Amino acid sequence: MIRLAQYGRCLAGVIRREALRWLHQTGRFVSALVRPLVWLLIFAAGFHFVLGVSIIPPYETYIPYEVYIAPGLCAMIQLFNGMTSSLSIVYDREMGSMRLLMVSPFPRGFLLSAKLFAGVAVGIVQVYLFLAIAWFWDIAPPPLGYLAVLPALVLSGLMLGALGLVLSSVISQLENFASVMNFVIFPMFFASSALYPLWRVREASLTVYWTSQLNPFTHATELIRFALYGRLNALSLLVVAAYTVLFWIVAVWAYDPGRGLAVRRPVAE
Amino acid sequence: MSAVEAVAVDARAAGSAAVPALSVEGVSHAFGSRQVLDDVSFSLAPGEFTLLLGLNGAGKTTLFSLITRLYYSASGTIGVYGHDIRREPLKALALIGVVFQQPTLDLDLTVEQNLFYHASLHGMSRRAARPRIEEELARAELADRRHDKVRQLSGGQRRRVELVRALVHDPKLLLLDEPTVGLDVQSRRFLLEHVRGLCAERGAGVLWATHLVDEAAPDSRIVLLRRGRVAAAAPAAELHRQSEHRDLATALDAMLREAAA
Repeated sequence: MIRLAQYGRCLAGVIRREALRWLHQTGRFVSALVRPLVWLLIFAAGFHFVLGVSIIPPYETYIPYEVYIAPGLCAMIQLFNGMTSSLSIVYDREMGSMRLLMVSPFPRGFLLSAKLFAGVAVGIVQVYLFLAIAWFWDIAPPPLGYLAVLPALVLSGLMLGALGLVLSSVISQLENFASVMNFVIFPMFFASSALYPLWRVREASLTVYWTSQLNPFTHATELIRFALYGRLNALSLLVVAAYTVLFWIVAVWAYDPGRGLAVRRPVAE
Repeated sequence: MSAVEAVAVDARAAGSAAVPALSVEGVSHAFGSRQVLDDVSFSLAPGEFTLLLGLNGAGKTTLFSLITRLYYSASGTIGVYGHDIRREPLKALALIGVVFQQPTLDLDLTVEQNLFYHASLHGMSRRAARPRIEEELARAELADRRHDKVRQLSGGQRRRVELVRALVHDPKLLLLDEPTVGLDVQSRRFLLEHVRGLCAERGAGVLWATHLVDEAAPDSRIVLLRRGRVAAAAPAAELHRQSEHRDLATALDAMLREAAA
C-alpha cells in the first residue's frame, strides 16, 4: 500500500517541477508580473481622478483608485495563473506529459490535487512579488494583512485553479488560448468588483450588477480585499468555497477514467 | 551461470507457469461509433519480449492507454501480474514503466530533474532514487549528460532518457509505444538491444509496439494487431515458417499488408 510519506514525496515532486518550469519560462515569469503592474501603474493612474471611491468596507478612509484595484489585481494574477496552468495541462496532454502524471500509481484525485496545489503555490509567490512592488506605490495594507491574506489566496487560488482544470478537460486544442481570453478571462475580470465597486455598477445596469454578484471572481476579489485589511468577508468565503467544491467535483469527474471526457476522445494514434 | 542469469531463468520459468506479466482478455473499445479494439486477447510472460505489430491506426496506442488506465475499456479485462487494472489500479501501475509515443520530457529541465520528477511520481525519496538514476543513466551511456538540459540532447538521447525514466522505479512490465519513431539507425539499434538486454537480465516483461517489421528478431513473440483485432500471436520464427517468404521482415510485412487490403 502507498504510505503517507510517499504521498508527500509525490506532492513535493509535482510542486518542484511546477516551480522549476515557471522559473525557466522567463517570459511567463515576467509577463505574470508586468501584467498587473501595467494595470496598476498606467490604468489606475489614468483613472486616478476620474473614479473617486467613497468610503466602503473594508476601507476606513477615502482611498485612491490604485489602492482600490490592488486586491482585484492579486486575484487577476491568480486567474491568469489558473488559466495558464490549465493551458499547460492542455499543452501537457498534447505533448503527453499529463499522461506521465496519470500513469503514476497514486489515485487520480490525488494527482489532480497535487497539480492544483502546485499551481496555487506558484501563483501565491507571484501575488506576493506583486504586493512587494506595489508597496512602493503606496499600496500599503497593514502588516498583519499580508499574513491574513494568505489563506484567502490559497482558497481563491484553488477555486480558479479548479476552474482551470475543468476548462483543460473541455478544451482540446492548444490554439484555444484566445477563446479562453475572450470567453473566460475578460468577462470574469470585467464583470466583477475588481475594477469598480459594485454599488456604482448597480447605478448603471442591474443586469451587470447581478452578473457580477454571481461571478466567482468577484468573491475571490472581495475575499482577498477584506483579508488584506485584516477582515473576513463571510459571504465571499462561502461563495468561493462553494465554487471551489463545485469546480473540483466537475474536474475529478472529467478526468475519471471510466466516466470522464477522456473516454470519448481518442488520443492521436 | 551468474546470479542475475539464474534469477532471470527462474523468473521465466515461474512466469510461464504462473501469473502473466500482462494479460489482456476480450478487450474491446470504441470512440463513438468507431470500433478501435475488437475482442483483443493475448498474454505476456515475465522475461518475454513481445512485439505488438500493427500499422498506424491499428489500435496500438488505444491499447496502451487502456493498459495504463488513461481510461477504461468498454469491455474485457486487463491484468498486470494478476492485478486487475480497474480493481487494483495502484498495484498494477506501480509495476509498469512506460515510454510514450510522444516525447514527454520537460525540455527546459535537466536530465536529472526530469528523472527525479518521475521518481517522485512513484513516491520514491530522492535518496532512494539517486543510485537508481545513476545506474540506469550509466547503462544508457548518458551519465555525463546528467546536468544538461534536455533541450541540448539529440532525439536519440532524449529517447534514451525516457527509457531510463521508465526504468527508475524498477518496473516488472515495460511498455514502449513506437519508441523508435524518428530515430536514426544507430539510436534504434541501441534502444532495441538495450531493451532486449533488460528483458533477459531482469526478467521484466516487455511490450514493444511498432509498425517497423525489421524490429522483430526470430525469438521475439509477435502479436499482430490488424484494425483492432489480433490477427496472429506467435513467436516470430513460427510465423516465418508458416509463410512462403524468405526472410522474416518480408513475411511480417506481408501479414500486415494483408490487413490493409
